[in-house]
Amino acid sequence: MPQANENRHIGSKMTDSKYFTTTKKGEIFELKAELNSDKKEKKKEAVKKVIASMTVGKDVSALFPDVVNCMQTDNLELKKLVYLYLMNYAKSQPDMAIMAVNTFVKDCEDPNPLIRALAVRTMGCIRVDKITEYLCEPLRKCLKDEDPYVRKTAAVCVAKLHDINAQLVEDQGFLDTLKDLISDSNPMVVANAVAALSEIAESHPNSNLLDLNPQSINKLLTALNECTEWGQIFILDCLANYTPRDDRESQSICERVTPRLSHANSAVVLSAVKVLMKFMEMLPKDLDYYGTLLKKLAPPLVTLLSAEPELQYVALRNINLIVQKRPEILKHEMKVFFVKYNDPIYVKLEKLDIMIRLASQANIAQVLAELKEYATEVDVDFVRKAVRAIGRCAIKVEQSAERCVSTLLDLIQTKVNYVVQEAIVVIKDIFRKYPNKYESVIATLCENLDSLDEPEARAAMIWIVGEYAERIDNADELLESFLEGFHDESTQVQLQLLTAIVKLFLKKPTETQELVQQVLSLATQDSDNPDLRDRGYIYWRLLSTDPVAAKEVVLAEKPLISEETDLIEPTLLEELICHIGTLASVYHKPPSAFVEGSRGVQHRRLPARAGSGESSESPDVGQPVGAVPDTPPAVIPSQGDLLGDLLNLDLAPPTSSAPTVTPSMQMGAMDLLGGGLDSLMGDESETPHVPSRMETQSPQSPSECSHPELGGDIAGSPAMGAGLASAPVVMPASLGAPVSSGLDDLFDLGGGVGMPTGAFVVPKTIWLPAMKAKGLEISGTFARRAGVIQMELSLTNKAMSVMTDFAIQFNRNSFGLAPAGPLQVLTPLSPNQTTEISLPLSNVGPVMKMEPLNNLQVAVKNNIDVFYFSCQYPISILFVEEGKMERQVFLATWKDIPNDNETQYQIKDCHLNSDAATTRLQSSNIFTIAKRTVEGQDMLYQSIKLTNGIWVLVELRVQTGSPNYMLSVKCRAPEVAQLVYQCYEMVLKN
Amino acid sequence: MIGGLFIYNHKGEVLISRVYRDDIGRNAVDAFRVNVIHARQQVRSPVNNIARTSFFHVKRSNIWLAAVTKQNVNAAMVFEFLYKMCDVMTAYFGKISEENIKNNFVLIYELLDEILDFGYPQNSETGALKTFITQQGIKSAHHTKEEQSQITSQVTGQIGWRREGIKYRRNELFLDVLESVNLLMSPQGQVLSAHVSGRVVMKSYLSGMPECKFGMNDKIVIDKQGKGGGTDEAGKSTGKQSIAIDDCTFHQCVRLSKFDSERSISFIPPDGEYELMRYRTTKDIILPFRVIPLVREVGRTKLEVKVVIKSNFKPSLLAQKIEVRIPTPLNTSGVQVICMKGKAKYKASENAIVWKIKRMAGMKESQISAEIELLPTNDKKKWARPPISMNFEVPFAPSGLKVRYLKVFEPKLNYSDHDVIKWVRYIGRSGIYETRC
Repeated sequence: MPQANENRHIGSKMTDSKYFTTTKKGEIFELKAELNSDKKEKKKEAVKKVIASMTVGKDVSALFPDVVNCMQTDNLELKKLVYLYLMNYAKSQPDMAIMAVNTFVKDCEDPNPLIRALAVRTMGCIRVDKITEYLCEPLRKCLKDEDPYVRKTAAVCVAKLHDINAQLVEDQGFLDTLKDLISDSNPMVVANAVAALSEIAESHPNSNLLDLNPQSINKLLTALNECTEWGQIFILDCLANYTPRDDRESQSICERVTPRLSHANSAVVLSAVKVLMKFMEMLPKDLDYYGTLLKKLAPPLVTLLSAEPELQYVALRNINLIVQKRPEILKHEMKVFFVKYNDPIYVKLEKLDIMIRLASQANIAQVLAELKEYATEVDVDFVRKAVRAIGRCAIKVEQSAERCVSTLLDLIQTKVNYVVQEAIVVIKDIFRKYPNKYESVIATLCENLDSLDEPEARAAMIWIVGEYAERIDNADELLESFLEGFHDESTQVQLQLLTAIVKLFLKKPTETQELVQQVLSLATQDSDNPDLRDRGYIYWRLLSTDPVAAKEVVLAEKPLISEETDLIEPTLLEELICHIGTLASVYHKPPSAFVEGSRGVQHRRLPARAGSGESSESPDVGQPVGAVPDTPPAVIPSQGDLLGDLLNLDLAPPTSSAPTVTPSMQMGAMDLLGGGLDSLMGDESETPHVPSRMETQSPQSPSECSHPELGGDIAGSPAMGAGLASAPVVMPASLGAPVSSGLDDLFDLGGGVGMPTGAFVVPKTIWLPAMKAKGLEISGTFARRAGVIQMELSLTNKAMSVMTDFAIQFNRNSFGLAPAGPLQVLTPLSPNQTTEISLPLSNVGPVMKMEPLNNLQVAVKNNIDVFYFSCQYPISILFVEEGKMERQVFLATWKDIPNDNETQYQIKDCHLNSDAATTRLQSSNIFTIAKRTVEGQDMLYQSIKLTNGIWVLVELRVQTGSPNYMLSVKCRAPEVAQLVYQCYEMVLKN
Repeated sequence: MIGGLFIYNHKGEVLISRVYRDDIGRNAVDAFRVNVIHARQQVRSPVNNIARTSFFHVKRSNIWLAAVTKQNVNAAMVFEFLYKMCDVMTAYFGKISEENIKNNFVLIYELLDEILDFGYPQNSETGALKTFITQQGIKSAHHTKEEQSQITSQVTGQIGWRREGIKYRRNELFLDVLESVNLLMSPQGQVLSAHVSGRVVMKSYLSGMPECKFGMNDKIVIDKQGKGGGTDEAGKSTGKQSIAIDDCTFHQCVRLSKFDSERSISFIPPDGEYELMRYRTTKDIILPFRVIPLVREVGRTKLEVKVVIKSNFKPSLLAQKIEVRIPTPLNTSGVQVICMKGKAKYKASENAIVWKIKRMAGMKESQISAEIELLPTNDKKKWARPPISMNFEVPFAPSGLKVRYLKVFEPKLNYSDHDVIKWVRYIGRSGIYETRC
């Protein structure tokens, strides 16, 4: 009878919507009068108006006392409205909110449990410190109330209170009471207590608040059968955090959780799936139950796809993770992922992703037929993805490659612009995977050259032309046509064009000399892009010094790309599996990536398989046994190292989600800092984060240029255009200078180790924990050895796959520190292996003042990803050996520096005498120029010179018999004084 | 957990705004309006992260419901909750529309206060809620002490969906087996995918706290019983009528652990109408209709379409509300249709020929042919040829599901299973029933 209901209702309540429409002047005044009216009905009407105004965002806080006056009422509806108002405005009117306390306390004693619960529920939402104090007593009573409805409300209230004042909750012993509620007889009380405790535990990562043990787990599992659907979710999500002691316990929990898979609520199902996926890790694979469990998981996952579209989306994002972790679960269910014509676009795109993941030789025919169908749809993104998917199928299932290629050619014939472009991008990958097989289609591709307007497609096409230049008669014409608008092209296309023409030149040197010179000069002379220029110079040099070597480098055989290209990195995947059903699994990002504060920073791990149960507690759980599929899927060596970059591997590998890959991702080592550092720098730095190399090498500022000779010579060399021969004369010389990033530096790295000079070196500390870097742990320190600044690194691979292709880059920093050579990790770093590296640093990098001054932001790349961290270096590494000042100069300078720049510090508890101090300081390049003794006090005058030429003058007073030194630092740049002081502390005390 | 919940009208004006967590500010209300409702390009995901705040939304007619959070919440739970919220509102005041929401905003705030505490969903069964959240606004004095504790024990109890002390003079129950049969067929008549998603909806008007047991021709149960009975023959004969259920889910009243161990469906039902179970089958589906399309392009300005439909069930049964939708290209200028049965019309606004037949018996065949005139266009892009879709209703379950029994026990009251009047009805409807052409 909903119809009748509705009618009656509209009849009686029609009036409520009028509250939304009053916008007269003097409204507040009128409301005030009405709120103070004697008539109950009028009062209630007035409060409703106030709430309506509040909803639409009007400020009605001025009515606070009048509304609170209405609180004392036996009308529950009115009371709730007043409470709603209170929750909104109490914070802005803390003093007046106190007025409400009495009513709350009174209400907590009311005989009606609904009122008691309402009071305790509302009080927790009033975030006023003074009120929270009054809340404690009523809350304590309510936690032990005889009525379960009040107890379940009070349980949540503890979490509320904890959010306002965590200390208070601990001091008052509410946490213990909350723990007791886990054994409550009422399932809903248990569920809410679990929810509250889980939330509180999240902000205390190390506390054993939940104290999960077999007994408490048993209680939870019992409550699971009895509580509401929401309660079941709280309990399952909590269970997922538990690590069973052994496989038997794990199995028995699984057995009691599996019935939840038949729940009508999808969230219950997904949370149950999470628990099962996690605990399954511990079961031996040969166990019968293991197989049964695998079979039981598929149907409920499929059923999720008949839920409402929004839930389907959540389910599909999770299934995407599940099929990566355990492909066997859904391998026979391909059909359910076929796209329906009227699926929302977000469901379509996700289904497509999963289809590709499930594609295998057995079902490829069906999949291809579907994909072809999708490629004719209307939605551009979807069509693009479908075309890309065809290419990925070709790469994944070798038997289907031929059919995929012919399908792609059919699609190219449609001449639909974006279809053609996508097709060309994927065909490029197919060429990479199956060389010398499908090149016959090149002619067809070339026909579509003019229609390509997207950088990625243009770059792909250019790559194809360059790679197969010998088979394309008019390759030079084709490439030349692109060259005309060289400067309007995107970087991706420019780099590709440069490489392609060099390839062409190496293949057909006679006809293309002019072309290659043209492109080299475009790249090196007229371009502002450092990557392009660098690559141009290197090619130039290679070609001119040793064409044979050039051929070997540029035309070297490329590694084949392998099938799965967009797999989530294993440690991240494991973490996401632990977060099934949550936002993290929807975003495919760890919670720390989108949750602020302490919550979610905790990283979750899958437990280890049976027999190694204890290892899950040990710190190096980096590789839970059996956590990876049996054969770790090969991932494309996607962005190669510097040399790989030159080998023109920089075309983006086939990516699924982003048809337009940001250029910064593709330039390999060059652009590590492209933007990732933004997050590291936080909001306070206002300066635009230009990739560091831009500034230094920009031709407009040759004085700052990292290789000035080079810049000058090229600019001024009239011989430039004359031929390649002119280049080599200049370049080796310039690159040989003690300047960073030259090729020569590649080879003299090992020499930097050793030669201790006695300077104190801080022990290594962990800069980048493995958790934050997908298994790569970096610890390190800085040292100055024989006049060379060294960054001493230990790289440890705590992931499960081999790491290669390391590279390092610094952000601009206060003293222009920059790596003086590439990061040389000689062999691939295999799991659990550590390598020690000394990276010599130069101080001619770009400069930007950092806060603190000695802060260094570093990006390290490997084959998996780029990671960012920041560390601080002791300023002593910047003290140069020639830091001894002439006495006279010292005196003059000391006087010259204004007294305002003098800073004084006290160094306590130092038991060296002045001579010992002098020698020790000297070893850190702090030179004592003179010593004076006045009244038993030794005055040491010392000078320091920083790498950037700044002088620091110091007066150190040592009182005989007193462990306290006085330090006066004078410097034209007073910012460094604090650091110098820290350095003294460190040197003198160690 | 959920930090706030907002309801907007189609213009993006906020109708309801309830904030549960301190980390959600008033600006979140505007952020959603600007970035989702007023977004220049329609958003392509029901979950959006705007300025480190996550927004979940669902739309009902032209009303937006948005849940907001800054934490790593259970996303599935948030959507389930939003749907539940819609159900609760519908149960209280009917259709979710701007007018109804404005008219009931006080009630909605009251509900939101009750079913979401600090962002944690609480009991949201309308049966329970209606006992103490009423449109009139009850006065606390009106409830006796017993009534009060009855309410609270029901809201928090193990059987939160049913109150005690229900009495009917006539104990009666209705079972509806509602199936939607989904099909995707290739132009050549090959089944690309087919499944039935079914629901068993129960209307119960039973006194007391009745214990119910529901049985159907589930293959697993029948096979088990066949073995237990010992006679292979019996097993075989019943086996034919049994169906393989791929998966099923149940209302929270069903004891899942019992289903898991014994595969028996036992429960104490809520009062009134509710959905007892959902299920899905993919094997041996009876496809009530077969669509045979024939599309021919005659030159660039003409299409000839012929569609035959065949009914495939017992001749004694009648299918109803049959509708065949044949898509036409966007550049259609005119259509001529001839059909043997029913009425067919070209609907330009929907870009389709809609052919309607009121009734059709089993094992029959009918045909439509149409000539579609096209305007010449320069558009290089080919017409996507959406599939031909069909709607119908048949009086049987395409999955083959049969209700075997529904037993009712109420030991405390003096009525037995035999006294309960039971009604069973089967309705098979088309879900997405498409044939590519």
